[in-house]
This record gives sequence, C-alpha cells and structure tokens, in this order.
Amino acid sequence: MAEKELLLSVQGLQKTFGEHVVLKGISMDICKGDVICIIGPSGCGKSTFIRCINFLEQPTDGEILYRGVNAKKAFKSLPIYRTKVGMVFQQFNLFNNMTVLENCTVGQIKVQGKGQEEARENAMKYLRHVDMSAYINAKPYQLSGGQKQRVAIARALALEPEVLLMDEPTSALDPEMVGEVLKVMGDLAKEGLTMVIVTHEMAFARDVSTKVVMLNDGVIGEQGDPGEFFSHPKTDRAKEFLSRFQNL
Amino acid sequence: MPETFFGWVLFLVDKYGMIFVKGAGVTLALAVVGTAIGCIIGLIVGIIQTIPVDPEDSIFKKVFVKIIKWFLDAYVEVFRGTPMIVQAMVFYYGAMSMFDIDMSPMFAGFLVVSINTGAYMAETVRGGIDSIDPGQKEAAVAIGMNHMQTMRCVVLPQALRNVMPQLGNNLIINIKDTSVLNVISVTELYFASKSAAGVYYRYFEVFFVTCVVYFIMTFTASRLLRMWEKKMDGPADYDLVNFDPMMDPCGAVPLPKVKKGH
Repeated sequence: MAEKELLLSVQGLQKTFGEHVVLKGISMDICKGDVICIIGPSGCGKSTFIRCINFLEQPTDGEILYRGVNAKKAFKSLPIYRTKVGMVFQQFNLFNNMTVLENCTVGQIKVQGKGQEEARENAMKYLRHVDMSAYINAKPYQLSGGQKQRVAIARALALEPEVLLMDEPTSALDPEMVGEVLKVMGDLAKEGLTMVIVTHEMAFARDVSTKVVMLNDGVIGEQGDPGEFFSHPKTDRAKEFLSRFQNL
Repeated sequence: MPETFFGWVLFLVDKYGMIFVKGAGVTLALAVVGTAIGCIIGLIVGIIQTIPVDPEDSIFKKVFVKIIKWFLDAYVEVFRGTPMIVQAMVFYYGAMSMFDIDMSPMFAGFLVVSINTGAYMAETVRGGIDSIDPGQKEAAVAIGMNHMQTMRCVVLPQALRNVMPQLGNNLIINIKDTSVLNVISVTELYFASKSAAGVYYRYFEVFFVTCVVYFIMTFTASRLLRMWEKKMDGPADYDLVNFDPMMDPCGAVPLPKVKKGH
C-alpha cells in the first residue's frame, strides 16, 4: 500500500487552563483521507484538543506541523492556515446577520480574495452538496438545527479546506435531525474528505471512521481501527466507556 | 385680550408661532447633530474598549492599548458623572476665561451635547459588542478572518442592531435635555418659550404649547427610529429558490416544492 500523505502532525500537545491541566501531551498524525473520530467521556479534553488544532485555543506546549512545517509559520499568516483547516461547531455559529449564501461566501471574499461571482458559484456547489441550495435567501434564525448545521458544513467546505474539524456536530440537535447531518458527514467521508470528528455517535464512529481515538483524562486512552476497537477494546477504561452505549 | 385658556393659547400661537418653530428647529438641530456625533464618538470609544488583549502581543502594544483605554474610561466616567447643564457652563465660560476662545453659544451647545452623548453611547456600544455570542466571533476567526474583519463583518452589524433602541433613547433624551442649554443662552425651544411667556406673563399657556411641541418631536423621533429598526431587520420571510440558476441546464431536475416559511 502506498504511503499516505501526511497533512497534520500533532506532537506532544499540552493545554492548561490556570492550574487545571486539560491535555497532557497528545500526539496524532492526520493523513489525507483519514476520518478520525475522537470519543471519550465528558470533560476529557476532546473539544479542547480539536480547538487547539486551528489555534482557537493556544496550546500551552507541543507543536502542530502542517506538511512538516510548524503550522503557525507554514503560511504568511495564521488566518490562511485556518482556511486550510475548516471547523464546524456544536452550536453551528452561523453569522446571524447574513443570509445562508452570504455565510458561505464571506470567507471566500474577505479572506481568500475571490470575486463575488466565483464565491457565489463555489458556495452554491457546496450548498447543493448538503441539500440547502433552496434556502440561500434565508437567515439562520429561520432554519431548523439540522439545516443550520448543514449550512455550517457548507460554509466550512466553501473555503476548500484540506482537513475538516468537527466539534460535536450533532450534539445540539434533536434525534430526528441528527440523521440528516450524519448522512452528509458520511457522504463527505466516502468522497475522501479528511475529517477529525469529536462525537458521541458511536455507531457513526464505528461505521464511517478510519480510526478511533479515545481520550481519557487528557491523554490518549486507546486508539485503533474502529472494527477492532468496538468489538475488542483492549483497555478496561475503553470497555467501561463502551458498555454505556447499549445499541452498538 | 383673550378670556379663556384656549383663547390665550391660540392668541400666543398666532403671535409667537415663528418663535416656537425657530426654537424647535434649534432644539432638533442640537439633538440630531449632537446624537449623531455622539454616536460616532461612542462607536469609536466602544470599539477601542473591547479590543482583546492577546498575551502574544508585544509589550509596547499592550501598554499603548492600556493607556488609551484608561483615558477613554476617564472620559466616560467624567462626562457621565456630571450634569450637562454644568458641563455647558464650564465649557462656555471656561473656554473664554482660560483660553480666550469666544465660541458661540450654539457651538458650545453642539460640543457639549455631542461629548455627553458620546460618553453614554460608548457604554451602550460596549454592552452591544459584549452581548454578541462569542461563538460568532469564533466562527469568524475559524474561517480565517482577522480582528478587524471579524468586527466589521460579523460583530458590529449585530451589535449595532441591538444598540438601536438605546440610540432612540438618547435622541429623545437629547431633544428634551438640550433645554438646559438655555443657561448659556442658546435660543432653543425652552429659551424661546421663556421669552415669549415673559411678554404677557402667560407662563401656563405658553409652556402648554411648548409641551405639545416637545412631545410631537419626541414621538416622531421614536416612531421614525422604530421604522428604521424594522428596515434593518429585513423581511421576516424568505423565498425558497427552487430553480438553481447555477445548475447545468442539461441535467437540471426541479427540486420538489417545499412549503414556504416556518
């Protein structure tokens, strides 16, 4: 098998908030085409970890390499790096003062310097992808949670990032809407988009991901192939954690 | 001479109508211009006061920002904490005796109203910015916007919309409170009314008319701003775009009709 193309390499990532140590040194390689699901109990640092990758949180220690170069120095400025590493939030965070279409074009125009027409065309491509192209004139408050999250995914994709980070993308949705968002995510995974997903959807992690990482208490508790991990967890902590999800 | 209350009112309106109109004009000019300039001052001060301190910034920038913020804080506290009537006296007579500047009462009036409103608006704008969900800012940063872009495209449009009711408040307060400028003999509505009342000693009748004029001005201002707010919000409804003009016409299949709105 051909060597996989290494996109991001997280090395010894540490993060403390005051006295409180959240991440105690986490290392992870993210290659092109990987779909990495990060699972683990609440408060174990999953969200902090993913937020450190695009520097929404400043890591206390450790390094993040983008194609072998320190991510902060790989581009002219940090914002350019952030366009390569898209982010989808638990609370969607669509810009309330903009329409669906504007949400998806503003980054392309302001940050990437694309023209109106090009940005619009590109945005439409991804809005069609998440099946929201009919809603381009709607404002976020007029949409349901699932629709908002699908637009948020389109907004992130419109910048054509190399990696998409998702921070519990379905946790703020009611069960009915979880399905529509997971379907979009599953489709993206099939198309080969590189994703790092913090999730509590164990069935999704098992069926879609290429690798599962369980964080526990600020360190990687166990990681591996999803089939292996869910059927034969090695550590006691993983067994205990998985036992709480009955419908696996 | 008229006998009844309304007789007097009609008589005085007929005789001094122009004085009322001119006085109301001056009052409106002071209030509108003062509020507008005050808003600009408030906006600038409010934005500077919400500049986040990044621990990675250079020490020079940190100290610089801190000093500016301290000065702006002092400005807000002083001008919020003293009555406008006193500020008018200090500015008008102070300029004359200390710096030998003989400014017109009107100019002093504009100055005092603007600076005073600016102090209040600065706090209002700060509150407006702070009230925006931090997630909005995070999302903007995550798609690669810098601080200026985040503020201009995402935070300020929302913050300013939230500040609108308070802007209405300030305009109405200014329409009424410019009356204190009579102490430096600005001929606004209150000053004009006092002069008119003095001629026949009909204080009640004259100030009844003054009252009505003030109310007409404030009520109109309030309604106009409400309309402006509505306009800012845009239409409450939206149209679904079932035909996608960007789609390749060869393979276009119309999307299923979806019920409009919620």
